[in-house]
This record gives sequence, C-alpha cells and structure tokens, in this order.
Amino acid sequence: MPVDALIEAQAPPGTLAAGTPAVLFEDVSLAFDDKVVLEHLSFSLMPGTMKVFLGASGAGKSTILRLILGLLRPDAGAIWVHGRRVDQLTEAELMPVRAELGMVFQEGALFDSLTVRENTGYRLFEETRQPIADVDVRVQEVLGFVGLRDYAERMPSDISGGQRRRVAIARALASRPRTLLYDEPTTGLDPITALTVDAEIIKLRDLEHVSSIIVTHQLRDAFYVATHRAVTGEDGTVAIRPAPAGDPDDTRFIMLKDGGIGFEGTAAELRATSDAYLRAFLS
Amino acid sequence: MAAGLFDPMKKPILEVQEYLRLIGQFARGLVSRPIYGRDIVEQLDQIGVGSLAVVLLTGTFTGMVLALQSGLTLDRFGVRTEIGGLVSASMVKELGPVLTALIVAGRVGSGIAAELGSMMVTDQVAALRALGTDPIRKLVIPRILAATAMLPVLTVIADAVGVVGGAIISSTQLKVATSVYWNSAVDGLYLDDVWMGLIKPVVLGFVIASIGCHVGLRTKGGTQGVGRATTNSVVIASVAVLAVDFLLTKLLIAVMY
Repeated sequence: MPVDALIEAQAPPGTLAAGTPAVLFEDVSLAFDDKVVLEHLSFSLMPGTMKVFLGASGAGKSTILRLILGLLRPDAGAIWVHGRRVDQLTEAELMPVRAELGMVFQEGALFDSLTVRENTGYRLFEETRQPIADVDVRVQEVLGFVGLRDYAERMPSDISGGQRRRVAIARALASRPRTLLYDEPTTGLDPITALTVDAEIIKLRDLEHVSSIIVTHQLRDAFYVATHRAVTGEDGTVAIRPAPAGDPDDTRFIMLKDGGIGFEGTAAELRATSDAYLRAFLS
Repeated sequence: MAAGLFDPMKKPILEVQEYLRLIGQFARGLVSRPIYGRDIVEQLDQIGVGSLAVVLLTGTFTGMVLALQSGLTLDRFGVRTEIGGLVSASMVKELGPVLTALIVAGRVGSGIAAELGSMMVTDQVAALRALGTDPIRKLVIPRILAATAMLPVLTVIADAVGVVGGAIISSTQLKVATSVYWNSAVDGLYLDDVWMGLIKPVVLGFVIASIGCHVGLRTKGGTQGVGRATTNSVVIASVAVLAVDFLLTKLLIAVMY
C-alpha cells in the first residue's frame, strides 16, 4: 500500500481502513555501531494473518518486534502499525499504539513482585480506569483461556517456565490487542509444554482472529502452528487439529539473512525449498 | 590523533549526559500525569521504614563514639562540660546528614540499582513500556521522591539518637551531669545549623536515588551486569555524597552564616 494511502488511513485507535496492513515495514534499516542488523527490510502483515520470522542468532528477529513496539527506532525507513507511523511518534504518542499491541517476551518478562493476577491485568489495573471488578472478570477470562485460572494468586517464581510463558500470553491478551508479537515463545521449554504454548497461539489466531508475528528458532513449533487449526466442537470445547487439505494458509514464513529477507513463503514452500542455506537451517 | 586522545572521555561524558537526561525526564514527569501514588507510598515505606533500624544503630554509635573521642580532646582545654554542644552541633550539621546518607546509599542506592538492573536484564522494563507504562514515572519518580522525602526524616532521627547516645556516654563515662550536657547541647545549636542539617539530606537523598536509578536503568550483561551496577551505584553514590556535602556546606555557609 502506498504511504499516502496509509497517511489517509491514520485513524483513531480501534479503527483500521480496509486493506490497511496491521504492520508495514518500508525499507527499514538499523545498525548498532558498525553492525548492520536490518538493511532495507520491507514486509507487511495483514489483519488476522500470521508471520513467522526465522533466522540465525543476531539476525535481527527480536529487533523487528522492538521496532514495531517503538522500543527502538530505525535509522532509515518507515514502520506503520495499525495505520500509524510509529517511527516518528514520541514516547507519549506511542502509548495508544502499544495499547493495541500485545507482546510476549522471551522468558515471559513477568513482573516478579506481582502475582499472576496482577501481572495478567497489569495494563488494565494501572493504565485504564476500568473498575477493579471488571478487570478481575477479564483476568479470570484470559487466565481461563490459557488454563491457569487456579494460579491467579501465585507469584511468578512459584510457577513453571511453561506456565510463566502462558501467563505472559494472558497478559498480552488481557487488553484485547489487535496484533500479538511473540519473541521466542517456546524456547527453553520441553516439547510437551511447548505444544501447550503453540496451542494458545493457534487458538488466538483462529478463534480470536488476532494478527500475530512470531520470532522463533524452534522450527518444530513454527511448523506446528502453521499446519494446525483450532476448532470449536459442538460442546464448546476447543481442539487443535491438523489443517484440512485445501485450507487457506495465512501463515507466512520469513527467513532473515544478511539484514534482509532471504525467503518468504508458506510452510509447504519452505519445506520444498532447494536453497542450500535454508536446507542447512531446516536440517 | 585528537579524536583518539578524547576517546577515554567519551564514556564518562555519555554517562553524565544520560544522567542529566534522566533528571530532565524526572522533572517533566513530576509536573504531568499519570502519577503512580501507590508506588510512591510503597517506596516511602521501603526507603523510610526499611532503613530505620540501621539508621538508629548508626546514629546512636556515632553519637557515643563522638562523645568518647571529644571528651579526651575537650579535657585538654578544661572544657569537658561543653561536650553536649560539640556532639549536638557535629551530629546535626555534619555527621547526621553524611553518615545517614552513606548508610542509605549502601542500603537503598544499591537496592534501587539491583532492582532496576534486574528488571532491565530480564526485559521487565521493556515489558512495562510495551504495556503502556513509562518506566520513568513508574520506577524512577517514586524512588527519587521517596528518598528525597525520607532522608531528612531519617537524618533527624539519627541526629536525635546520636545526641542521646552522646548523653549516655557523657554521664556514664565522662561523668558530666545530664543537665549540663543537655544545656550545652541546646546552647551549642543555632537555628542555621538546624536548617543546614535539614537541607543537606534533601539534596543527598535526591542524589543517592537518582544515581541508583540511572545506574540501574543502564544495566547490561545479565546477572554479572546487575552485580556491577550494584557496586557502581554504591561507589558513585558514596563519593557523590561526600563531594556534594562539601559543596553544599560551602554554599550554605556562604549564604547563611
């Protein structure tokens, strides 16, 4: 989408003109001292879809998420989030943009002096004027979504790594963001626990229609998320099933290489690639 | 050549620049919303009430040893009865503010640097920003305000127990009558001394907490970095306390006396 159209689309939070990407990078470059991390990177994330970023350590995957949140600023290029150009906003102007984004940090980044309930409802408790009773209802709802309703009064140090990651997802989800950003959501977790986190990501994409960007090293989890769907049964229970043949695949993989995009395509296209670098990465 | 010559200066200059930037953000945050009142109260409790025991002990022992040492010196001039004035003036003008500040720098300054440092290396500060909270308002303002408000209170307490400690030693060891001690203690104090003793801790409290916050928020490098930040905070704050105390004393003497 041309920049002019996006400027026209600079709407108040909560509204997004049809066809406007949830996230758009245009020619973004960033270097830390002499190390070039991103060079003329361009991509877009359409609402309700998912992008999975792969790449070697230091390739700039997590940096992309920090740029989207406005935690870092690019040296060049433009970054649009929900129709607003975030790379030119002040810290105060970024707050309403961040209110529509949810971020699941590597290791969770839960506040260790707050309980699971306080962590989950942090934004609603601290940054909104919602009555505490209403916030508690929402906290119970999202903790129920990630299967941790009984852990509300525990401290982060009293729960497992996988549970911490799920609380981080619940925290990101509590204020009903339009886009979720996951930074290595399953790294360091055992395969079984990682699957429970993958299931939450799939449920959010398929049932809540949240746009999402996942940065990960865990190919197994990335492929699992791309090739499975959440379906609600007649009794209301949610199950994770392999995607049926012919199901439209809205998940795109992006492989970062030398500061730019080395590959962009679906899970099937990635698996079928003959590129030597990608094959080495996949093996 | 010239650039190479100034290279070692870059880091300290950058640190000073970042410190001044933090102070600017603190000042701006003070006059705009939101203000996190609950966090301020929490910090008042942690910094004030939490430091009470150690300040009581420090103040008492300082007053006692001051009386013991000064008694010997005053004896040489035959003015042992002036011990009260010497102890009260020394405690209120200098020892109370400086020793309390050094103790608070060790306890609170290091605590702030360690806490904020841990939050930095575990991405909790980034998470705060991502959740729409300004870390300056949430973390820095409550800590600096609380330390600035509580250090004068702690100093007054240290002064009081120090003078009482001096009284105990004077009457039990130096055999100076209690009434003589207290008369001398009151006579030896002037209103300007009290003002000096109250103004100093306000500035020193600000210096300690702001250094702790600055060092904490600049922490990098995992748990090792947190350890380094904690040590740096104590060292920088302690030296700053002594330097600022000297400059402040000079300024206040010029203005008040």
